[in-house]
Amino acid sequence: MNQTVKPASSGSSIIKTVGAIWSWLFLAFLIVVFEIWARLSFGQTFLFNLNSVQSILMATVQPLLLALGLTFVIIAGGIDLSVGFTVGLASVTAAQVMQSLNSSLPSGIGLALGIIAAILIAMIAGLVNGLLIARLNIPPFIGTLGMYGINRGVAFILAKGTTVPVDNPVNSALGNGSVLGIIPIPVLITLIIVVIMHYVLSQTKFGQYTYAIGGNKQAAQRAGINVERHTIGLYVLTAALAAVAGIIYTGRFTAGAAQAGEPTLLNAIAAVVIGGASLFGGEGKVVGTVIGALIIAVIEFGLVYINVSPFYQFIAVGAVIILSVLVDQSRRSVVGS
Amino acid sequence: MNPLIEMKNISLRFGGNQALSDVSINLYPGEVVGLLGHNGAGKSTLIKVLSGAYKSDSGQIFVEGSEVKINNPQDSQRHGIETIYQSLALADNLDAVANVFLGREKINGVVLDEDTMEIEARKVLDRLRVKIPSLRVPVSNMSGGQRQTVAIARAVYFKAKVLIMDEPTAALGPEETQKVGELIKALKAEGVGIFLISHDLHDVADLSDRLTVMKNGRVVGTVNTKDVSEDEVLGMIIAGTTPKHLANK
Repeated sequence: MNQTVKPASSGSSIIKTVGAIWSWLFLAFLIVVFEIWARLSFGQTFLFNLNSVQSILMATVQPLLLALGLTFVIIAGGIDLSVGFTVGLASVTAAQVMQSLNSSLPSGIGLALGIIAAILIAMIAGLVNGLLIARLNIPPFIGTLGMYGINRGVAFILAKGTTVPVDNPVNSALGNGSVLGIIPIPVLITLIIVVIMHYVLSQTKFGQYTYAIGGNKQAAQRAGINVERHTIGLYVLTAALAAVAGIIYTGRFTAGAAQAGEPTLLNAIAAVVIGGASLFGGEGKVVGTVIGALIIAVIEFGLVYINVSPFYQFIAVGAVIILSVLVDQSRRSVVGS
Repeated sequence: MNPLIEMKNISLRFGGNQALSDVSINLYPGEVVGLLGHNGAGKSTLIKVLSGAYKSDSGQIFVEGSEVKINNPQDSQRHGIETIYQSLALADNLDAVANVFLGREKINGVVLDEDTMEIEARKVLDRLRVKIPSLRVPVSNMSGGQRQTVAIARAVYFKAKVLIMDEPTAALGPEETQKVGELIKALKAEGVGIFLISHDLHDVADLSDRLTVMKNGRVVGTVNTKDVSEDEVLGMIIAGTTPKHLANK
């Protein structure tokens, strides 16, 4: 207590502070830029209309659901490349189950069974990931890349190579309804999951062990943590969250599709990285991932809004990923010195 | 008085390599035994049998006079045996409190009871007379000595009767080495038995009551530190022979 702490030079403390909150600042900066641009060019507001906010949040749902699971996996020093097609697998499964029960059961029950089937099949895929990585010691990058292919194949086979239309009003309401006409149901579901995941990561043993495994696997093992079981649990959790994204997709488009989550994987990983997680494991926060996902959604929606060719989205998101890693590195070198 | 730990006739073979043959060693309360030998002499293997990382092919382990089976690290911990590794002991990204309680967190329902854990960690460090300014920064920001202390605090908090320290001062500067030495004396005074493992006599000579020297998976001999000269111990380590008049037990 009475030891003196060496005062940091003001320059490095500024970098430290900015490094810690830069993603918030960047999100605010983006919104301001788009707001000014929209007002100057079209005399319209960018953010201050319900439609825009809803669109941004809806665009955030799928990448964020994947990114939440990935946050845990990446903190523990892993990666899951298979989640995109876990979404598709779950989407097609939900659609097929609902469609085959359509004539015999009420819509609500059909949806419930579809959801259960989708989550179960996704969890099996996650379990395989976990077993490959934790028990057979296959590097996560390779194991989940293999499962990317397998999930993809199974999803297309279940879908018979096409989309599976679903004629279920409750399912459609799940994907397109809103609470009080303001909060889209998918956004509400995602929000609830965000709160739960934040709580699990920051307040529980499960979260603590996730950090410990990412920080020092051997120390975790020696401390009596069942690293194998925990690792398997992380991949099952990630797959289950991907299934939720698949179910939401099926509701929103009233059809199951194998490619439902295909383009989202990289944005999800980007959200985690922009949010401050280290791909070497040990660091990351749910709040950071949420900000990361919002940044990507704002860029994508904003560019469309101000009439920029959609292809620039890829460039912009790519640039932000690189920028975020650079900021993180300079922050680390300051903290480390 | 029963020894805290008695390992009798421990043998272990890895394929064609007889890592341990017929090794016996013991440790009394409040005693420090230095375990010496070259790399590959079998010190670490022996200690891993005691800490539950390996299972011996034959032999017996007694804790305070009663035979125990140690099949995994949890068994070892349950008998009050804690191991402090030189480098791989801590999760660097977690703070001191989290490391002290890692794997045995206090919880309130399902939520980590951070306040209680911080108070308890602070108490234990005070008892060890160690000053660590903040228990809430990642231990990667701490000095080698402070990190060592966190690892020891963890063992002490969980009522270790036996502490196994693998090269505890190898990575430390002179001042911090001295601090760890003081810590070891404080633990001795509390009746904790300590195995100090090293390949360097100088690391352990000052702190140890007895020295056990190993070579090629066998015990060369066990001597009282005050009865031997440095050269005689070096002779045991290098040549693997012990003068008959010095051997005890």
